[in-house]
Amino acid sequence: MSTSLSAAAPVPETTDSGSAGSHLPDEVRLSLYETMVLSRTFEEAILREYHADKGPGFDIGKGLVPGEMHLSAGQEPVAAGVCAHLTTDDAVTATHRPHHFAVAHGVDLRKMTAEIFGRETGLGRGRGGHMHLFDPDTHFSCSGIIAEGYPPALGMAFAFRRRGTDRIAVAVTGEGAANQGAFHESLNLAALWRLPVVFVVEDNEWGISVARTASTAVASNADRAAGYGIPGVRVEDNDVEAVHAEAAKAVARARAGEGPSLIEVATLRMWGHFEGDAQGYRPELDSVAGLDPIPRYEQRLREAGVLDDAVVARVKESASARVEDAVAFAKSSPTPDPTDVMTYVFAEGAAR
Amino acid sequence: MTLTESPVPPPRADRRLSTSKAMVEAIALEMDRDDAVIYLGEDVGAYGGIFSSTTGLLERFGKDRVIDTPISETAFVGLGIGAATEGLRPIVELMFADFMGVTLDQIYNHMAKIHYFSGGNVKVPMALTTAVGGGYSDGGQHSQCLWGTFAHLPGMKVVVPATPADAKGLMTSAIRDDSPVVYMFHKGIMGLPWMAKNRRSIDVVPEGEHLVPIGRANVVHEGSDITVVTLSLSVHHALDVAEKLAGEGIGVEVLDLRSLVPLDREAILTSVGKTGRLVVVDEDYLSYGLSGEVVATVVEHDPTMLKAVQRLAMPDVPIPYAHDLEYAVLPRQDKIEAAVRRALG
Ligand SMILES: Cc1ncc(C[n+]2csc(CCOP(=O)(O)OP(=O)(O)O)c2C)c(N)n1
Repeated sequence: MSTSLSAAAPVPETTDSGSAGSHLPDEVRLSLYETMVLSRTFEEAILREYHADKGPGFDIGKGLVPGEMHLSAGQEPVAAGVCAHLTTDDAVTATHRPHHFAVAHGVDLRKMTAEIFGRETGLGRGRGGHMHLFDPDTHFSCSGIIAEGYPPALGMAFAFRRRGTDRIAVAVTGEGAANQGAFHESLNLAALWRLPVVFVVEDNEWGISVARTASTAVASNADRAAGYGIPGVRVEDNDVEAVHAEAAKAVARARAGEGPSLIEVATLRMWGHFEGDAQGYRPELDSVAGLDPIPRYEQRLREAGVLDDAVVARVKESASARVEDAVAFAKSSPTPDPTDVMTYVFAEGAAR
Repeated sequence: MTLTESPVPPPRADRRLSTSKAMVEAIALEMDRDDAVIYLGEDVGAYGGIFSSTTGLLERFGKDRVIDTPISETAFVGLGIGAATEGLRPIVELMFADFMGVTLDQIYNHMAKIHYFSGGNVKVPMALTTAVGGGYSDGGQHSQCLWGTFAHLPGMKVVVPATPADAKGLMTSAIRDDSPVVYMFHKGIMGLPWMAKNRRSIDVVPEGEHLVPIGRANVVHEGSDITVVTLSLSVHHALDVAEKLAGEGIGVEVLDLRSLVPLDREAILTSVGKTGRLVVVDEDYLSYGLSGEVVATVVEHDPTMLKAVQRLAMPDVPIPYAHDLEYAVLPRQDKIEAAVRRALG
């Protein structure tokens, strides 16, 4: 940390990555691994389908999955570690890169896939698309407007407390989004009203082509939490168990009515900002594959005797079966009827 | 100085450029000419703009003049305003017009009002550039045009080029204008390699200094049976329809507005005065928007001028994601042709 600004701020607690032995029970570790594998398997299938029919060259508007596509490969540890502490009664507001949180929070794979394919059976009946997934069953939502998932999370948390429950809301952004006004206003208001919110910042180091160091004056967004009087912690090294440990504290604090906290995770965007991004601005691209958190965690669990070839094969096969079922469901689902295009503008049109 | 005068087509030159290259050329020429001109926004540096609005500018003019910002639209749009009032001529890019919401206060309460509030004493010579439009399933937060909203709020000029030549000429005028100018470019006409190619998005662009006056519409296809008033990508669709119907002996006059503020009401009245039939095509929302404004302009002037009128705009629905739904609402060739035929009776 070189700037006087960050030097003056309280030093955030830093969690070291798990070179040390784990205190987690084997079944929790296995389940973190399974969640990450399911998420990756899902995105690999989306990647395949997305690029399948983009024509000669690359026409973003073509194919079974048109439009912008932001994939979260490499960021699975964040979602898996946080969502392990949630039930589907808790809310998650995610970003334009939403799939890993949706998968980890238990959004129905078939309905989500169908939405991404623009089908009538999708979460939003094909109206929303991959950046606008809304699932009332799991209280999951996301937005394509940067940082705009933070304010609604306050309201969800407010409603949960008002109803006398211990349900909480988790709000997710990227590190780039932490420079938006909505981010800062939300931290202040949640702190002031002690709302049961866990703020999560995924620091994958890039806001499209702009590096964190070129957009943010402090080295860690955990520093910023202090400015709002809430705990802030940075988890290094994209480590799912460290995320799990920090999320445990933040979630417990929120459930106990002690107010919000912020967790920033140093994570990794393995692929482009969106599909089609050649990443010419990203010099270290060659080394990215070696940083993939899933093989790393797999290796760790093998060494700990939690996994062996047979378990790995079973986890991957089961993920792949679920994902291919969801893709097949989406592909065989009807596209929305164009004459219905005005339905759902107002509540009268909601049939659910 | 070369002027693109209505209804004269752009000056001939053998050089053809994509809309995005034409835009960049104008910016580069103005940056060469005046070191007060700077360009800032998200991913405008090394990336060259998500829609290639700044390709090559960083390499040419350096980091002090082509500046990547944090994702902080309120701060950097506001910064542009302050810099403009202190003598710079900033071009500030809002990546998608859809993101106006997070910075709207800076735009309409500050950028657009300072000159008025100061009794004309403080100028805001700033250009706000932004990408608009859909057609590629980017969903309802990345596909809107919203020019009607900008045009509704007083104090900023709003230009919307449809052709490469106009993209260059209007950009030059926007940069030189002492008022804030919102410059809205449709992604579908930028000539991007990764979007469906529109054959008119690469066209002749005059070399050197080229200005298109702000507030002057352009007759891009002459005809005496019916007037289609439109702008942006819809101009290209309207031209397709005009060419098709010419084969049936129907004369469709296509008027490209090029500028919403000021609006060239005279050009609208002249054309409708000639044809007596009007179709307004607008990719922005229908209600309370451009199409109503254009029709009202004619009716207020002389209600007997119009034998028939049709409005074709985005219905009042958030732009849907699924391809078939989006195409059900986009004002494309088939719907324009149908509207023209309805108006012809
Ligand atoms: C208000 C707003 N500004 C800009 C954008 C364009 N945009 C989409 S993603 C993105 C980068 C976000 O970076 P970060 O928050 O770090 O998340 P990441 O993409 O790295 O997951 C930008 C600038 C947007 N969608 N909304």
